[in-house]
Amino acid sequence: MCLAVPGRVMDIEERDGTRMATVDFGGVVKEVCLEYLPDLQVGEYAIVHVGFALQRLDEESARKTLELFAELGLLQEEFGDPWERAAEPGDASSAGGADAPEEVQQ
Amino acid sequence: MKYIEEFQNPDLARRLLDDIHSVVTRPWALMEVCGGQTHTIIRHGIDQLLPEQVELIHGPGCPVCVTPLEVIDKALAIASRPEVIFCSFGDMLRVPGTGRDLFRVRSEGGDVRVVYSPLDALKIAQQNPDREVVFFGIGFETTAPPNAMTVYQARRLGIANFSLLVSHVRVPPAIEAIMQSPSCRVQGFLAAGHVCSVMGTREYPELAERFRVPIVVTGFEPLDILEGVRRTVLQLERGEHSVENAYPRAVHPDGNPAALAMLDDVFEVTDRAWRGIGTIPDSGWRLSTRYRDYDAEYRFSVTGIDTKEPAACRSGEVLQGLLKPHECEAFGTTCTPRNPLGATMVSSEGACAAYYLYRRLDITTAARETSPVA
Repeated sequence: MCLAVPGRVMDIEERDGTRMATVDFGGVVKEVCLEYLPDLQVGEYAIVHVGFALQRLDEESARKTLELFAELGLLQEEFGDPWERAAEPGDASSAGGADAPEEVQQ
Repeated sequence: MKYIEEFQNPDLARRLLDDIHSVVTRPWALMEVCGGQTHTIIRHGIDQLLPEQVELIHGPGCPVCVTPLEVIDKALAIASRPEVIFCSFGDMLRVPGTGRDLFRVRSEGGDVRVVYSPLDALKIAQQNPDREVVFFGIGFETTAPPNAMTVYQARRLGIANFSLLVSHVRVPPAIEAIMQSPSCRVQGFLAAGHVCSVMGTREYPELAERFRVPIVVTGFEPLDILEGVRRTVLQLERGEHSVENAYPRAVHPDGNPAALAMLDDVFEVTDRAWRGIGTIPDSGWRLSTRYRDYDAEYRFSVTGIDTKEPAACRSGEVLQGLLKPHECEAFGTTCTPRNPLGATMVSSEGACAAYYLYRRLDITTAARETSPVA
């Protein structure tokens, strides 16, 4: 939950009097609250944490971070099924699965 | 500098490392505050690429890890009530309370739900007006504003069956407590980037000055960490102690004003207990009196909890940077991610989990090589 992931705003609308957006995180789409970045526009990137846009980010930085997170399996960790991970705690449970220690060279 | 090719930009990583190697003349101990940074460091072997004189000490910056056992036990008690739908981030499911965890509560019939955002919990409250929906509000300055907004929205929309079990913590008082400890070895801090995205850097100059310690705001990617270390070491070698922002793409000095205003409205600063460390003055937030009705502890008056810390768990020392995870006797034996004694082993940002996940083979091999019976 500490992870804050860059995402791109796809569309914006008022819901229940709250400014909300649909945000694309490298293929995963989530609803995000824009109340803390009220001037964020469609097409812009922001750092999003637990469904809230917290700070604007330039496109190049956002893309690089998203690529890195995808490569490291961190997007799966953030957006994957937590019940599945909790049911099978262990080596691959919290580091993105694909990068179990046996596959990590130090 | 083995495996430096794994870095996203190996040339830049090499240049930063060369810089660090060229300026270091004596030993320095730096603390990375955030658990996300710890995982980047261990995963990429950054500590092994640095000069021997530069030691990275892992700080208390994992929200799951520092949540006191007593609060976990309160969560388990509330989640077990038949009228309650208990909502939490997924990280908390396997954190052991006294004898069980949220995953077990759910298997015993408790209505425990995982949400991505606290606003999802509010939605569940709207959809289930005959149930009590409780959200487990833990986390640092990054998570507190979303939770504050959710409580604000609950009141604005007149949603009365929603409440927050609050255990929010603040970084600067923790830095102060670490520096005041007689056993403190920390000489410089890599401050947590996303905490500063919200809070800005205004809280740090006074700390840097008072403890004569450099504080460099640092991001989470491998190159961010190297740049943070480079700047901190440069300051130390020059005898300086200022606040620098090495993460300007995500941190503005003023932070996020809208989030800060909401924090001020919904929360008030309070003393807070940290797992394994104890109570640190002014180190947390609680709901302000105006929002007392949304406080789950107030609403459910949980009492009679007999909290028992596992004696073998030394997570408090790990969280203060006094002990490396693999130096704990239980590490990898009686304490593993499958059977954790404490939150530092089970949390995805915990230092013990990082060592277990990325270093287990090294450590096991080293132990065999040094063992007299091997």
